[in-house]
Amino acid sequence: MKEILIRIDGKEVAAPAGSTILEVAQQQGIPIPTLCHLDGLSDIGGCRMCIVDVDGKIVTSCTTKIAAGMEVITNNDRLAELRRLNLELIFAERNHVCSMCVSNNHCELQDLACDLGMQNVEVPYAYPRLSLDATHPKFIIDHNRCILCGRCVRVCAEIEGAHVWGIAGRGSEARVITELGVDWGDAEKCTDCGKCVEVCPTGAIVEKGKATAEMVKHPELVTTLKERREND
Amino acid sequence: MNKEIRIDPVTRIEGHAKITIYLDDAGEVNDAHFHVTELRGFEKFCEGRTLWEMPSLTARICGICPVSHILASAKTGDAILAVRIPKAAELLRRLMNAAQFVQSHALSFFYLSAPDMLLGWDSDPAQRNVIGLIGANPDLARKGIRLRSFGQQIIERLGGKKIHPAWAVPGGVNSSLSKEDVDFIKANLPEALETTRVTLDLFKSSFVNEETRGMLSDFPSLFMGLVSADGTWEHYEGNIRIVDSQGNIVVDQFDPAHYPEIVQEASEGWSYLKFPHYAPLGYPEGMYRVGPLGRVNVCDRFGTPLADAELEEFRAGTQERSGRVFDYHYTRLMEILASLERMERLINDERILSPRIRAEAGINELEGVGIHEAPRGTLFHHYKVDPNGVIQWVNLIVSTGQNNLAMNRSIKEIAQQHIHNGKFDEGILNRIEGGIRAFDPCLSCSVHAVGQMPLMLELEGPDGETLDRLVRD
Repeated sequence: MKEILIRIDGKEVAAPAGSTILEVAQQQGIPIPTLCHLDGLSDIGGCRMCIVDVDGKIVTSCTTKIAAGMEVITNNDRLAELRRLNLELIFAERNHVCSMCVSNNHCELQDLACDLGMQNVEVPYAYPRLSLDATHPKFIIDHNRCILCGRCVRVCAEIEGAHVWGIAGRGSEARVITELGVDWGDAEKCTDCGKCVEVCPTGAIVEKGKATAEMVKHPELVTTLKERREND
Repeated sequence: MNKEIRIDPVTRIEGHAKITIYLDDAGEVNDAHFHVTELRGFEKFCEGRTLWEMPSLTARICGICPVSHILASAKTGDAILAVRIPKAAELLRRLMNAAQFVQSHALSFFYLSAPDMLLGWDSDPAQRNVIGLIGANPDLARKGIRLRSFGQQIIERLGGKKIHPAWAVPGGVNSSLSKEDVDFIKANLPEALETTRVTLDLFKSSFVNEETRGMLSDFPSLFMGLVSADGTWEHYEGNIRIVDSQGNIVVDQFDPAHYPEIVQEASEGWSYLKFPHYAPLGYPEGMYRVGPLGRVNVCDRFGTPLADAELEEFRAGTQERSGRVFDYHYTRLMEILASLERMERLINDERILSPRIRAEAGINELEGVGIHEAPRGTLFHHYKVDPNGVIQWVNLIVSTGQNNLAMNRSIKEIAQQHIHNGKFDEGILNRIEGGIRAFDPCLSCSVHAVGQMPLMLELEGPDGETLDRLVRD
């Protein structure tokens, strides 16, 4: 495969054409924070955590393919500030109360807040009045904790092939839904496989019966599953 | 020409409150009100959450006695799952509750109330606190601090942290006890027992006499608490017993799940704290007391030797039950002793080390009541859920609330005893506060915030003119 040259954080790197900036950075061991990205699923550039500076322009590294002579900066003060503000907006949009959450201490959103040095949220909280759906016999979706990363939608469509999950509504009114908005317990296509639970980065989609801090997820299982299928 | 004296806020209690004393034309005390000025709203915002989150959610009602809410909530969860939890889980929950009794009672006695007794009710308010206690009697203060720490460390070892451990869950608990934890408790129990013995001896020799025991008011009431099937003091399971001041049993072995038949709540416009009362006698005649004095007054025995010897001395051979508010301190110390003795039994029971600690089940009942004894008294959690385990309705009757009528009675009596011709001083006000402090009220819990603030007292004339003012920083 044809390789092209780019500069990433001042270092000249050769990578296969068609690679994304995120892939090249990961191969080079350069850390870029991600949230909606999961190895094994397609990328949508939704969470804006993986933003980088390309020739002075801010782009999402998970969806931007490399081009010859590209100059990429993965971290500087401006990027750090933008990522943190973005993260604060995610926290402010829903009701994330770590101390009560079943995913406390095992949460990608919480980890990111620590990694990015988010001390507090300076934008006003929206405090939306949201419900949870516990109609599925095994699982619960709590919209208070959903960040609309869409991992559930992608894993259900791309890996399980069931297409149960979707997103309805726009902007702050957007919600993940099961089938065309029926209760999850009534979603006939759901195979109860639990992949959406494993890939959900927060305490939004969880196993029923878990108490605070008991929910531990394994999103890497989906990555492994995808790799095995491709290698067969 | 009625006048009011206000103590606002009340100090060295858990939470925010004020006291108003109403004087008549002659300057004599007409009435007194204990106002709880916080509003929390937990019962409402738990609606829509899952049953499994309730222990940690309700634990946030309080940073002093989170364990009480966690255990009551987990027990409510057991009822809704319709499971009998494994024996090890029961023993572990009992151990945590015993540790909670030790730490909470030690906090009340050594940090909040001992300064009044050891430094004097009229001593300099700037010194009349735990720091002053450290200066006056460093050995006792150190012992008290270490005793509380012992209870806290057991809670931390069991639940992973000292405050708000998310450990008890519907169906049991989520981690067991290690051999190292048992060794730690065994190694430190003798010191804790010795501290409690020394403190009880000092307390009895220095403070237990007719004058001091009567000073924080003395009045008859009903008393309520849990007892085991044979009438032994109980803190985790058992049924409700109510006795009157003569020691007659009014209600016995009453199933707590039917509590609304005997406990009802009234409201007054001047306090956010409701007024639970014994329903058959109505409001306010149905005044009853819970907590250390309530439990000790209802039980036939503690069931452990050291505590039983203390109980025998306390009862002094009479059938009558003590109505002295000061005896809350006395019985609190007795309960520390009993809790330590129970702890010793629990860690010597091999079943506590079993790895089977949690019963798994779905939603099998749509309603459940969880009741146990918190340090401050009987605690009721009552939930209704939908078939998916989502909370639809919550009622919490907390320990402090049940003493509300008695606390109001207590401050009125103390005020009537000391305030004449409209005259009072700081020491008198401290005694009135002491009448509240003895109950160790937890107002964070009772109105389902914690703080210690300066005290301001005003004597107001009918036109709002300030006749006298006392400020304590």
